[in-house]
Amino acid sequence: MPTLQEIALKTTGADARIVSGHRMCSGCGIGSIVKTVLAASDKPVVVVSATGCLEVVTTIYPFTAWNTPWMHLTFENAASVASGIEAAYKVLKRRGKIDEEVNILAVGGDGGTYDIGFQALSGALERRHKFMYLVYDNEGYMNTGNQRSGATPFGANTTTVPAGKVSFGKPQWRKNLVEIAAAHRISYVAQAAVNNTMDLYKKAQKGFSADGPAVLAVLQPCPSNWSFDSSLTIQYSKLAVETNFWPLYEIENGIVHINTKPSNRKPIEDFLKGQTRFRHLFRPGNEHVIVEMQKMIDDEWARLLKLEESGIQF
Amino acid sequence: MTERRTWQELELGVELPAATSLGYKTGGWRVLRPIFNASECTHCMICVSYCPDMAIPIAKSEEGVAGKGGRLFKGVVRLATNLDYCKGCGICAHECPSKAISMVREEEAEQASCKL
Repeated sequence: MPTLQEIALKTTGADARIVSGHRMCSGCGIGSIVKTVLAASDKPVVVVSATGCLEVVTTIYPFTAWNTPWMHLTFENAASVASGIEAAYKVLKRRGKIDEEVNILAVGGDGGTYDIGFQALSGALERRHKFMYLVYDNEGYMNTGNQRSGATPFGANTTTVPAGKVSFGKPQWRKNLVEIAAAHRISYVAQAAVNNTMDLYKKAQKGFSADGPAVLAVLQPCPSNWSFDSSLTIQYSKLAVETNFWPLYEIENGIVHINTKPSNRKPIEDFLKGQTRFRHLFRPGNEHVIVEMQKMIDDEWARLLKLEESGIQF
Repeated sequence: MTERRTWQELELGVELPAATSLGYKTGGWRVLRPIFNASECTHCMICVSYCPDMAIPIAKSEEGVAGKGGRLFKGVVRLATNLDYCKGCGICAHECPSKAISMVREEEAEQASCKL
C-alpha cells in the first residue's frame, strides 16, 4: 500500500492525469476525488465523463485539464461509451494492433448516474464490460443550480422540491446505488468519501483490478449549493461519515465489509447544521423531519451491520 | 448529393492537445490567500492530497528541508502554494494538523508583500 507521499507524487505536477487550471468552484472536492482515483491506476487510463460539473469545468474550449485520453459525451451514455471503448480495445488487442494494457474509467455525477445514465449503467454492468464507473455524489443537479435528483436526501430543500409552509423539502429517501449495482452481481462495488484519501485510493485500486465492471460512489459535499464555507468541504464529508449518513463500505464478490465504524455515532444535526439546504429543518414545526431522518439512518446502519455480520453473499 | 463513404473512410474525431488548462490561471478568483509557514510544516501531505486545484507543488528532497520544531524532513516535501492556480478555498488551512497555513485577505497579503 502506498503512502500519502507516494500518492501525492502521482497527483501533482504537469504529468499528473488531471492538472490545474480547471474551473471547478473554489473548494469543490471533485478535483481531489478524480486526481486520487486516476492516481490509483498503474496502467494508462481512458476517461469518459457524462455531462455534469466535472465535464463542464475541465473542458471549456480551448482548454482541457485532462492529461490522459478523455472523451466528451452526453448525459445518459457514459456507461455505454465506456462499453464501446472496452469492446473496441478488446478487438484491437486481439488483432495485435495494440499491446498496451489500459484501464477504462467512466465518471458521472449523481444526476448522470442515479437518474439519466442509469439505464446505460445497468446495461453495461449486466454485459460485464471491464471498466470502473465513478460517481461523485453531490446529491443533486448542482451544475444547473440545485435541482432534486435520485440522490438528494430526505428533507433537503432544492429548487424543484422547495421547502415552505406546506413542504419540508424532498419527501423521499434517496436510492441506494451501491446496493443496486451489487444486485448485478458484479465483483466490486464500494462507497467512499472525499475526506478519506487512503480509503478512496484503495477502493479505486480494487475497482480498477476487479474482474469485470466495478462501481465506486464517492460523496462530494458541494460548497455552492449545500451552501457552506468553501474551506469546510472535507469537514462536511467527515461529518457525513461520522453520523452514518454516508457509511464507508464495500461489497467485494457479494460480501459486505464496512471500512469505518464510528465508535461514537454523532447525531445527524451535526451534519445538517450550517447547510442552507437543511436550514428549514431547524424551524419550529419541522422537528419531526430530523427525528425521522435519524431513525432512517439508524435503521439503515443496523441493516448494514447485520448484512456484514451474516456474511451472506449479496 | 455527397459521395457515399464506408465507415473505414470516415475521419477521426477532433484530437486536442492535452493539459492545456495549465495556461488558464485561476489564481485571480482568490479572495483569501494561504500563507504557508514552512517552519510549522511536517510535510504530511494532507493538504496536497486534499487540494482540489492541485496548486500545492511538491518535490523530492535528499538533503531535506527544515520543518516543524527545526526538524529536517527528507523525501517528499511540500513547497509554497502555487498562487497561479490557488482559488483560495481554505481547505488546506482548515485541514492542516499543525496549523502551518493561515488565510489572509488578498489585498492585505498584497500590501504586506509590497512593504518588503
